[in-house]
Amino acid sequence: MVTRITISERVFNLVNIVFLSLLTLACIYPLLYVVFASLSDPGLLMQHEGLLLSPQGFTLKGYSLVLKNPNIGIGFYNTVFYVVVGTFISMILTCFGAYALSRRQVYFAKPILIVITITMFFSGGLIPFYLTVKGLGLYNSYWAVILPSAINTWNLIVMRTSFMELPASLEESARIDGANDFTILFRIIIPLSKAIIAVMVLFYAIGMWNSWFNAAIFLNDRKYYPIQLVLREILIQGDKGNMLQVMNGVSAQSESMYRQLVQYTTIVIATVPILFVYPFLQKYFVKGVIVGSLKG
Amino acid sequence: MKETTRHIKRSIISSDIKRNKYIYLMVLAVVVWYVIFCYVPMYGTVIAFKKYSVGLGIFKSSWVGIDNFTAFFRDVNSWRIIKNTLLISIYDILWGFPAPIILALLLNEVKNKFFKRTVQTLTYLPYFISTVVVCGIIVDFTSSSGLINQLISSFGFEKTNLLSQSGLFRTIFISTNIWQSIGWNSIIYLAALSNIDPGLYEAAVMDGAGKWKQLIHVTLPGLTSTIMVLLILRMGSIMSIGFEKIILLYNPLTYETADVISSYVYRRGLLNADYSYSTAIGLFNSVINLLFLVGANWLSKKYTENSLW
Repeated sequence: MVTRITISERVFNLVNIVFLSLLTLACIYPLLYVVFASLSDPGLLMQHEGLLLSPQGFTLKGYSLVLKNPNIGIGFYNTVFYVVVGTFISMILTCFGAYALSRRQVYFAKPILIVITITMFFSGGLIPFYLTVKGLGLYNSYWAVILPSAINTWNLIVMRTSFMELPASLEESARIDGANDFTILFRIIIPLSKAIIAVMVLFYAIGMWNSWFNAAIFLNDRKYYPIQLVLREILIQGDKGNMLQVMNGVSAQSESMYRQLVQYTTIVIATVPILFVYPFLQKYFVKGVIVGSLKG
Repeated sequence: MKETTRHIKRSIISSDIKRNKYIYLMVLAVVVWYVIFCYVPMYGTVIAFKKYSVGLGIFKSSWVGIDNFTAFFRDVNSWRIIKNTLLISIYDILWGFPAPIILALLLNEVKNKFFKRTVQTLTYLPYFISTVVVCGIIVDFTSSSGLINQLISSFGFEKTNLLSQSGLFRTIFISTNIWQSIGWNSIIYLAALSNIDPGLYEAAVMDGAGKWKQLIHVTLPGLTSTIMVLLILRMGSIMSIGFEKIILLYNPLTYETADVISSYVYRRGLLNADYSYSTAIGLFNSVINLLFLVGANWLSKKYTENSLW
């Protein structure tokens, strides 16, 4: 078939591309602004009005101030711990659930699946959840951040769907050779599901990196604080104590100038790890969403 | 007879559990987690019907019937938080639901693969940024010396802290929601679009259909089931607005438009320790939500043959 491109189509395509370009710019510009501002000289930044197209002057002062702040350091350390341990536990439980509930030989798989799905539509609510976790003695411990959010039901169901698509013949011969379910799961099923495993690891890891609310309600000792809680103090609550610690070595007059610089810099520092892993795994994300939405 | 079949069945199950003990251990771990972190809290909602005291705990606290619920309807804030919840949700659906569909339709028309991928990659990005950081950026941009004020002041507007104006809260909340999720939410629609049989378009072109007619007669029908399922899910959560962003952005000046059921539950329950009362509000909220979900599903089943179950 001969493709004829009419003038109206040409106009549409042009308008479409311009519109999408502007939309894309609108999506990332707030982040670019923050990056530019974090590198700008605070004095010049204060005088500047309107959009930033590049840093005003150039200084890494904000970064050196923030990195010297002990609270940020502890927060970073804790968050890395939460992400590594939390993601590991989440993956183990999710793989167990997805594998067991995808095998035909398990009695009660159906009712258990229903019990699990119900939790997506109905929950006890914030207060009973809070009292339960507190009642378990998890209050003010690392576990309060890790365990209550260990399984994401949506992820479990997506993973189960993906496991079910693997042909049964793969594991049959292993079973005849006397392999047990742990061996089959870790040696056969998981290696064959690398894409979905990658997606889930990233969902859990980013979820944990970004989470703050459980930490905010279950922790009162600063030594357990994840980075997001420190960020909340600096960005939202404008916390003096934290600010002053950041501000060490800066004269009083320039304090308010530096305060803003520090805010921009903390945003960048806390977001960079995500931006770093993001492009590599974006294609897997998309795959995961599609598996989950169309077949789940 | 019945007794023996039951007996046989039980022995089959027990021998099966013995044979496949590892797989049952896996199930057990998962079930235990769900019981502890989902079903125990569900049981915990009984304190909505009790006068919970920390010393007595869930079991021993005394029953008060529906007192907590009647108290809620007499609460001066109840109407305000129900209204705010519904308004924010409805506006969010009105603006936020079609946005990713439109983005997907526009992206679908792009022929240049590289351009399409770039747009996708960059518009998905805000979805992965943490709520705290997003709210931090919002607070900074809307502050009286922030970027938005700098931009609008050149049009003669006075510089004010936008987040302290109750009239602007919904706009800020919903527009930033769209900013964060438009790209990500378009993925599902793009997948559905790529599943539409290209033959249908060819046939439409044969019949002399232009772009617009193709959209109406081929593309949109191909998207209906995806749109319906997502709309049902969205309707089912019409009464549940995530409180994370709300409690990071609101302040007493904007409670008038910003305080929603979940943020009120958080404030009364966790900040004031009114456990029973706030549990009652939360339970009321969950039940209404469930009714919306079931209702939307019923409607969809009846009129479009799409349903969740």
